[in-house]
Amino acid sequence: MIKNISNLGDAALYCDFGNEVNKSINSQVIKYFKTIKEKKFEGINNLTPSYNKLIISYDLKKTNFKEVKNYVENINAEDSKDINSKKLEIPVCCHENFSLDIKRLEEILKLSREKILENFLNKEYFCYMTGFIAGMPFLGDLDENMRAQRLETPRIKVPKGSVALTEQFANIYTFESPGGWNILGNTPLDVFDSSKEDKPNLINPGDTVIFKEITLDQYKNYNE
Amino acid sequence: MSSNYLDIIRPGINTTFQDKGRDHLYHIGIPFSGAMDNRNYLIANKLVNNNLDSAVIEFAYQGPHIKYSGEKINFAVTGDVIFSIKKKDTEIEGKCYVSYQIENGDEVNIISTNKSVYGYLALGGELDLKFQWNSCSINTKANIGSNDGKKLDIGQRINLKKINSNKDLKNTNYINTKIENIRVIKGTNFDYFSEEGKKIFYQKEFTVSKLSDRMGMRLEGPKIENIVNTNIKSEGLIKGVIQVPADGNPIIMLSDHGTVGGYPKIGAVVSADYDRLVQMAPGSKIKFKEINLSDAETLFKLYEMETQNLLSQI
Repeated sequence: MIKNISNLGDAALYCDFGNEVNKSINSQVIKYFKTIKEKKFEGINNLTPSYNKLIISYDLKKTNFKEVKNYVENINAEDSKDINSKKLEIPVCCHENFSLDIKRLEEILKLSREKILENFLNKEYFCYMTGFIAGMPFLGDLDENMRAQRLETPRIKVPKGSVALTEQFANIYTFESPGGWNILGNTPLDVFDSSKEDKPNLINPGDTVIFKEITLDQYKNYNE
Repeated sequence: MSSNYLDIIRPGINTTFQDKGRDHLYHIGIPFSGAMDNRNYLIANKLVNNNLDSAVIEFAYQGPHIKYSGEKINFAVTGDVIFSIKKKDTEIEGKCYVSYQIENGDEVNIISTNKSVYGYLALGGELDLKFQWNSCSINTKANIGSNDGKKLDIGQRINLKKINSNKDLKNTNYINTKIENIRVIKGTNFDYFSEEGKKIFYQKEFTVSKLSDRMGMRLEGPKIENIVNTNIKSEGLIKGVIQVPADGNPIIMLSDHGTVGGYPKIGAVVSADYDRLVQMAPGSKIKFKEINLSDAETLFKLYEMETQNLLSQI
């Protein structure tokens, strides 16, 4: 359930479901997200579910904080339909050309490159949400000994396809973009396709993802 | 085949097609986009008798140099922009907020924005553009929207689907105002920052960095110290939110911002000040002033009323 509703700026509701990150809280968030999305409240123009928060932004020309808050507080978040649970294998190449932050990870985690890869690959991760940039999946949970903080100053450009880590999560940069996550490798797979307007994302919340290592040669030949 | 078109002689630095933007897509990671300075976008359309949600050409700093071919058409430039109009053997200096007529062979050369960032070029008609999720706004980071999601390029031809039959020339004497302080609402992680950091945020001046674009405005200046955690669990953002990463330099989310972010939020710029915020060029000084939610809502109402007044007078 929503623990607290406050405002984010003057055009969004900040719905707090707690501080922990787990599947149970996340499914509550998704439930509210789906319910509100289906009801199409006049003036709400975006819903952003994340691990444990739901941001509801609205058009100040049509509504305001008080109205939207009142609406959300009186909503009966029905049981949402089962989240589809696809299982996906994502090829990742961790050659030094791609693992831009491996040295930093070795230092922070106090693990060798080999151990880091062994801990990361061939394990199931749950997709909590997608966003930041189009189609980027937020996958968890990494093993306890694999958790590093973001870079102090985010990179201006993270290469497209980068597979990166922060805290208990892994993600995939679907486009070249700024970003502060620790880059471990790169996937040749297109994780986002804007030409498919109704289903642009390969990975959706609720899906399970397993990273499989490929060599540099396999990477180069992947899309041929 | 269209017989009315523009040829891009010089594209400018960051020239894109923009309209009202696209909504209901944050949950898959697609931002709002749309014209950065919404008021100037609307005025541009009104000056050429377009629907207010029509697509226009947005440029930053240096604008495009275009050559027009076809029937007579109106155009107008808004913002604080230096440009010229070349007809046969004469070249005249153009004025912003005035619509002009151009005909076959005429050229419009948008030299630069003046101590500001964005300007708008509207043509009296409908550009032939691809819509993606009900908008042709270009998001160059995700390659979404018209023109394959890419900036305009040299040698490119842009067709017009139709030309407005209403060719009345319009003008308005609007002046882009600057504001001394950018007003903000306290952020959801305000308490992550030290007492000194909070003071710095509201009392010191920040400088707009060169590393600013349609996604975000990076600020430089005194560092804002975090005493709790320099990371939070990634959560939704909206435009105007000010995040402070571990290096203590604030970043303001702009129209093409990432839909979620994991840096603590010290504040959020109020909606009423957004159009003027985005026009602050690198090197400009920014000071933040805190206001509460109800004042912010009132300010927006006033700002919106002013915009509607401006439009109704055109």
